[in-house]
Amino acid sequence: MRENFVTVDHNSDKGSFMTDGTTSATHSRDAAAASSLQTEEGPNNTVVPKARGFTADFFIRLFREKPLGAFGGIIVLILLLTGIFADVLAPFGFNEMSPLNRLKMPSLEHLMGTDQLGRDMLSRIIYGARLSVIVGLAATTLSTIISVFIGVTSGFIGGKFDMYIQRLVDAWMIFPALVMLIVFVSVFGPGMWTIIIILGIQYGIGGSRIIRGATMSTKENMYIRAADSIGASVPRILVRHILPNIMAPIIVIFTTRIAAVILSEATLSFLGLGIPAPAPSWGGMLSGAGRAFMLKAPHLALFPGLALTIVVYGVNIFGDAARDLLDPRLRGGLGSYSGKK
Amino acid sequence: MPQLLKVRNLQTQFFARDSIVKAVDGVSFDLNEGETLALVGESGCGKSVTAMSILRLIPNPPGKIVGGEIFFQGRDLLKISEDEVRDIRGNDIAMVFQEPMTSLNPSLTIGRQISEPMEVHKGITLKKGLLRAKDLLGKVNIAAPERRIHDYPHQFSGGMRQRAMIAMGLGCNPKLIIADEPTTALDVTVQAQLLELMKNLTREYGTALILITHNLGVVARYADRVNVMYAGRIVEKGTAHEIYDDPRHPYTIGLLKSVPQLDQDVKTRLVPVRGQPPDLSKVPEGCAFYPRCDFATERCRKESPVLETVSGNHEKACWIDVK
Repeated sequence: MRENFVTVDHNSDKGSFMTDGTTSATHSRDAAAASSLQTEEGPNNTVVPKARGFTADFFIRLFREKPLGAFGGIIVLILLLTGIFADVLAPFGFNEMSPLNRLKMPSLEHLMGTDQLGRDMLSRIIYGARLSVIVGLAATTLSTIISVFIGVTSGFIGGKFDMYIQRLVDAWMIFPALVMLIVFVSVFGPGMWTIIIILGIQYGIGGSRIIRGATMSTKENMYIRAADSIGASVPRILVRHILPNIMAPIIVIFTTRIAAVILSEATLSFLGLGIPAPAPSWGGMLSGAGRAFMLKAPHLALFPGLALTIVVYGVNIFGDAARDLLDPRLRGGLGSYSGKK
Repeated sequence: MPQLLKVRNLQTQFFARDSIVKAVDGVSFDLNEGETLALVGESGCGKSVTAMSILRLIPNPPGKIVGGEIFFQGRDLLKISEDEVRDIRGNDIAMVFQEPMTSLNPSLTIGRQISEPMEVHKGITLKKGLLRAKDLLGKVNIAAPERRIHDYPHQFSGGMRQRAMIAMGLGCNPKLIIADEPTTALDVTVQAQLLELMKNLTREYGTALILITHNLGVVARYADRVNVMYAGRIVEKGTAHEIYDDPRHPYTIGLLKSVPQLDQDVKTRLVPVRGQPPDLSKVPEGCAFYPRCDFATERCRKESPVLETVSGNHEKACWIDVK
């Protein structure tokens, strides 16, 4: 549990901060006010700790209030662990061929069967999870950072700056996403990092609209004016007052993007523009062997497809639940789809 | 008492597409340290804009302070840089806004928000800020402040939020608090508590207070001095006593007549000020109150009255000698 407990030997530093940074003319008055405060403090000089740490609180509430979201969380967790421990989990290497065992149906030795080169499908799915985790998280993180940066600056500064930035975003969005992706891949060549960067930029620019909209409506709130009235600087207002209030769309963008990015990567691989063979991308597996041998050995298409479906579903419901739990305005069971209060 | 604030001929205008709204049109007043000044008037008469102008918080565009001087402790706030103004905001001059429901950030705990001005201006850490926040919440009579600082604004009632706003304003020991209709959104019993609290705290800390209100009952009880505003100008100023017992401007008289009084006969009808406040983008020449005034003469239609002394510090802007 994270400690939010505050203990300070507080009588000693009280007077000092009150007089710090004030001019000598005001010195005596502040000191007097400080001492008047001190007399009323009494023995209770500490702040009651929060009942639970933030992270613990999140997971407890996830399981209690959002069972479906918790289910999604477990899927995400399994995906993560599978990706991280792929070397340990996979019974065979992802590119370990066994020409004698080609296109075998699932059996005890090969739980998901083998492909046309005799590679163990289970191992390839497991290594594919690693690829999906890396591509999904990296590209989504990149895209969210880009979205937030463009969206918040453009929305907050407004005026001409906003106009120019948004016309550039318009120009970018005119091109269909897939066409852009194909053009970039053919220029820069296929490869995992190329895909990550391209997907990151592609989704990042598109998503900035949502963040911009959220920023524009948030900055009109009275509390932003109030923040201005206490002398907060622009960066401070952006980070402490705008960002926490647009966390809901940011989380939604992040989680829906993970699923979309994994799908996009699969799409590119399906078209042969993704991560080059023999890397075990789920999309690549679907397109290459899966399509060619669909009738003869349906498990070649079935398992990668299932893996994709389950992961995308899990990420989406987890993200939705996380959004509901992390937004303090929705606390107290509002927006719960589990039926429980 | 030494002078704290001196406003001279302040003019703030808003520029619409095809008109100029003179929201504040030549306002001058003084405020001494520790004093409570009430700005009174109907909605849209320029009270809030005057207050916002003092802190240079007028959104630009469309608004702009086009003229005048605002001396705070001898420094003209309209001549210093944005960074210097930011140093003063929240530190020397704090503001309490009209709507407690919306002027607190819903995503931050109360404690963090109270601590923020002190973090910004006094350079203290969040830890110490929270301790101070706890003390301040206690000061504004919120029970169990050590727990309440972890609450979010939606867990507070309207009155409690406004108290939290006041605590936030007091954090840096400002010289001046500007309270923009601090009680408008609250129910009557809470209003009285809050004003009592503000009066006690400002007295305790020696803080001056500009109280913007349209509630004349509030004025009588809590203000030392009163400025009555109409159409962007001050039409009468004086001590609370003078304004109440001896109002000299027809508008002030009208305002006082329109307040219900408990000792009146039940059947007595209230006398509202007839008509509507003028559109500030096309204020007629002459006295702005002329179309609504019962005493108006030909002169009022043509010439705009200036503030003239009635007695001592009691001033009015009216050609007619109304008793």
